[in-house]
Amino acid sequence: MTGYILRRIGQAVIVLLGVTILVFILQHLLPGSIARAIIGPRASASQIAAFNREYGLDRSLPVQYFSFLGQVVHGNLGYSFKQNTSVGAIVIHDLPNDVILVGTSLVLALLIAIPVGIMQAVRRDKLTDYAATGVSFLLYSMPSYLLGLLLIAVFAVNLRILPAEAPQEPTIAGVLSDPAGLVLPVATLTLVTCALFSRYMRSSAIESLAQDYIRTARAKGLGQVAILTRHLLRNSLIPVVTLVGISLPGILTFGLIVEELFNFPGVGLAYFNAAVNGDYPVVFGVTVLVALATVAGNLFADIAYAILDPRVRYD
Amino acid sequence: MTDSRKPAGALTMAGAGVADQAAAAAPGGGNAVRQDAAWRMILRAFTENRLALTGLIMVVAVALFCFAGPLLWPTDQVHTNPLQVNKPPSAQHPLGTTSLGYDVLGRLMVGGQSSLLVGIAVAVMATGFGVFYGVIAGYFGGPVDSVLMRIVDIVLAVPVVYLFIDLASVFKPTLLLLIVVLSLLSWLGPARLVRGETLSLRVREYVQAVKIMGGRSGRIIFRHLVPNTMGTITVNATFQVADAILTLAVLSYLGFSLPPPAATWGGMLQDGVNFLYDGYWWEVYPAGLMIVITVVAFNFIGDGLRDSLDVRLQRR
Repeated sequence: MTGYILRRIGQAVIVLLGVTILVFILQHLLPGSIARAIIGPRASASQIAAFNREYGLDRSLPVQYFSFLGQVVHGNLGYSFKQNTSVGAIVIHDLPNDVILVGTSLVLALLIAIPVGIMQAVRRDKLTDYAATGVSFLLYSMPSYLLGLLLIAVFAVNLRILPAEAPQEPTIAGVLSDPAGLVLPVATLTLVTCALFSRYMRSSAIESLAQDYIRTARAKGLGQVAILTRHLLRNSLIPVVTLVGISLPGILTFGLIVEELFNFPGVGLAYFNAAVNGDYPVVFGVTVLVALATVAGNLFADIAYAILDPRVRYD
Repeated sequence: MTDSRKPAGALTMAGAGVADQAAAAAPGGGNAVRQDAAWRMILRAFTENRLALTGLIMVVAVALFCFAGPLLWPTDQVHTNPLQVNKPPSAQHPLGTTSLGYDVLGRLMVGGQSSLLVGIAVAVMATGFGVFYGVIAGYFGGPVDSVLMRIVDIVLAVPVVYLFIDLASVFKPTLLLLIVVLSLLSWLGPARLVRGETLSLRVREYVQAVKIMGGRSGRIIFRHLVPNTMGTITVNATFQVADAILTLAVLSYLGFSLPPPAATWGGMLQDGVNFLYDGYWWEVYPAGLMIVITVVAFNFIGDGLRDSLDVRLQRR
């Protein structure tokens, strides 16, 4: 298994190198040049030459790539000239808010999706199963912002019991000091993530229910509740690890949309605003970071699966 | 074409899955007939499966609404009309007008055209390329497979919406660019699926038999491997239409899609959001409903076809 894990880590490193190449190419696709994109269309030729010299943009592409790679490896994601601060500082400032939003939603989504999935498997092809399937079908056929809009329309506009905007204090204490503002963003993200999870949980629980150990448990006279909690639930938790890992890109995308919709002060919103304002260093820095999170999520899922499930053999 | 005149040997009859049933349905037929039969199976799935049929009817209805509708209900969706701003539904404007004075009903029709065009074009292009890529990786295996699949992993590591926004912040989107870029980001799923299928198909007896008879790789790939992945491909392509329409809706909502005055459902929602507090519901809900109906329709078709064609495909 050690061999498998090492090979898997090697793959992840190769993929990350590829991502840096991809982002590097994207940067050089900027119309005109990086210098013109940053210092503006009215910059003179000598100003552009000076900028290029200062930031090493007059060197050959391979040299530039390796210097870019070296920066990324040292945790330097670039410098935002528009906001006059490093991309790293922006991320460090906003990331705790994302941990609150995405973390809470993820935990809530699992707390809902796992029991619902098991219930659907147990009551397969009955009314409750159909109802739950229908709801998740509707949720994943809906752009995630539409769900947020509906929640705003009902709870903020019609009932006037919750604010339509996330907490606007850009610090973690500020965000936490306004829990009412967190309700709608977290609810939106939780529901769309649930829709992402629920089908998978249902089929995974159906598969587990057909296993021999469930029949053995029944044969020795265990009650339904004991079977579900002690045997089915535990075994259904293994694929959840994979599920969370592979769903990370989806969750990060939903996060971006929810942050934009509720004006939540997270990395996603910083990225969105940077894209609108042409703040390219932030755009590309966050892209590298998102890719890193995705690759790390997949890697973590695979390794955790290998450790948690002794039935899986790796050669 | 010319193959249909060749006698069907025992070897082509030995094909599994789609090929088996098709060969049985058309005894004496050759390869071309067999491919016809694969399509006939898909057609039959529509007539037998109520879910798929419902989805198909919904898609046809939406397509008629978007493409034939403007002929019956002609509206000006280019020039703004400051005299008809934010009007509630009336006989003149059955679904009211927007903040720029566009007729909402007419705008729904025009906006849907780009959604359907982009969705279907992306599914066709992405599936075509993905199948080609996946079958080559799976058939040749070894280092070719490793290199090709690492490339898939790399592009897959950046979520589609992020990659698209990166590109859209650099280039100004046009309909063609939207289709090309979304296709460039959507072929990864089919490539992985087809590679997996190919890995199991290439060791089947009938593929071995073609090899022994001296069939070249190209023949094996396009005459035997690709037709046998048809079921999976079709089901996946249907889901891809739904996904592309959703992604487009998200991108238009975020403002990274066709610039005004071009109409998109996502763009209509973005414009309407500002008036949610004013109670101008007609500027938000109709566009949202159209997106949901269209995506649900394609998901219905996908689910129905999956059950009918007996494809094992985990959806999300």
